[in-house]
Amino acid sequence: MGLPHDPRARYARIFVRGIPEGDGQRAVGKRFRSAVTVYAYLVGAGFRRQSHYKLAMFAGLFTNCVFGFVRASVLVAAVHAASDFGGYDQGTIGAYVWLSQGLLGAVQFTGPLGELDDRVKNGDIAIDFLRPVDIQFCYLAEDLGRAACTFLPRGVPSVLVGALTFGLAMPATPGPYLLGMMSVLLAVAISFLCRFAVALVGFWVVETRGIRQLYYASATFLAGLFVPVHMFPSWLRAIAEATPFPSVLQSPVDVLSGRITGAEAFSIVGVQVFWVLVTGVAGRVLLIAGRRRLEVQGG
Amino acid sequence: MVEAAPPRAGSWSTPYLTVLRSRIRAQRSYRLSFASEVFSALVMGLVEFAEVWVIFHTARVLGGLDLDAALLLFGLSHTSFALSQVLFGHLDTLPTLIRMGRLDAYHLRPQPLLLQLITSDITLRRFARAAVAIGVLGIALARNDLDWGPSTTALLVMTVLGGVAMFGGVFVCAAGLQFYLIDGAEFTNSFTYGGSFAATQPASVFPTPMKLLFGFAIPVSFTAYLPTIALLRLPGPPLLPTWLAWLTPVAALWVWLLALGLWRLGTRHYQGGGG
Repeated sequence: MGLPHDPRARYARIFVRGIPEGDGQRAVGKRFRSAVTVYAYLVGAGFRRQSHYKLAMFAGLFTNCVFGFVRASVLVAAVHAASDFGGYDQGTIGAYVWLSQGLLGAVQFTGPLGELDDRVKNGDIAIDFLRPVDIQFCYLAEDLGRAACTFLPRGVPSVLVGALTFGLAMPATPGPYLLGMMSVLLAVAISFLCRFAVALVGFWVVETRGIRQLYYASATFLAGLFVPVHMFPSWLRAIAEATPFPSVLQSPVDVLSGRITGAEAFSIVGVQVFWVLVTGVAGRVLLIAGRRRLEVQGG
Repeated sequence: MVEAAPPRAGSWSTPYLTVLRSRIRAQRSYRLSFASEVFSALVMGLVEFAEVWVIFHTARVLGGLDLDAALLLFGLSHTSFALSQVLFGHLDTLPTLIRMGRLDAYHLRPQPLLLQLITSDITLRRFARAAVAIGVLGIALARNDLDWGPSTTALLVMTVLGGVAMFGGVFVCAAGLQFYLIDGAEFTNSFTYGGSFAATQPASVFPTPMKLLFGFAIPVSFTAYLPTIALLRLPGPPLLPTWLAWLTPVAALWVWLLALGLWRLGTRHYQGGGG
């Protein structure tokens, strides 16, 4: 794709320039450093690309807030109506609603992989295979950059709106926020790796829209976007916990809001690391199998 | 001798029907894609229902409604939303058409732009979602103790027709705004999908500003909440008395006035895609 701001065209140049001539220890070190430079550059490129869409980010924030108001009203009423609503009270359910709304921009369930979908479908992915960088890592780096750019314009204001209108119970110590940032980073990675794997199904089927919608419907529900996973009846909760989706939303919200602290919070982050590995390997296997399957026509 | 005018091929509706027929044929030809889309639409419907069920499973009564009443609320709002999505849902691809410069092709044809867009992409898979909603509505009608008679039937028919019209109007409102908000297309999701989401909830739990917003400005409460309390003979909360349910056509008319105004503004603002 020949867009002037296509970061992949530029990183390829940087990478080629950075390839060391000699061999031995020094060359390995240099090669590692140049790979780090490339991925850091891609994170920056993802950030900058996202930062161009200012109106889109404001629109996203506005929509997040409208849904947040509806969800918060319903769940606050539910907390008051039930004798025990999963241990939530008005402040903690508010924190759950508004933190999850705030994180939606970062951990998109649908999203910017449209480009990858198209490249798989029209065969342009063949060009990506020829580039001297890893396809999965380079899209991941761009997505991390994109996610980082959603925090100030979408994440923080959503939580502020919630705090001003509903009153949230948030932790007063720095611990949950520090571990929470880690958890959010992992959640963004899991969400990306899942969408990456879904997009690669396009190697085998012509139109992935149905599969993407199926993914969206089940992922958002099992991630605890509409009702906290803690409220699910036990059988449904067992299903949810057998998938990576609670790690995408419920886990970072639980850690950030201080609902789960101490050793238990660390074990949640450990589960997230596990899902990063599983979804990462799944994407890799699909990529290798898809490459074999790929047929490049013309010349 | 006056020569007879050359016979016109069909009536005004022929081009639309032809396009619709070809659309439907096209969708049936990729069987696996079509099956996966229908299946995902079914799952989407089930998931939306599961959200309601999980909340009521714990809270029992929410905003004066129990689970059976919530089924009725869900069935009514989703039936009208899903049916109007069949007709109008793809209007939200308008920003893509504008950005790619493809809208200009529609402008060249001698048919009204809005009608062309509405018929350009009727998708069969959306009927699957409507089927889930209609199924829930059927169960709800059986489970609730309704006072069956001409007035109940009239209210139901009027609600579904008015609801489809209202959500259709909301989609057209959103489309009119798209001409101004190319990058900010997500804004309009607040009205369309946000409106449908709000319509599924008991409006009695909303704080006053939201009651005003969803009761009168974008009056989605008329599509399900008000008819539900009218059918079950329940009292409404302040600002939303039960008898308002009979004014659903007025609410739909208001949305369409807004929609056609915004559509007119939008299409006049449109400068073409260049090229």
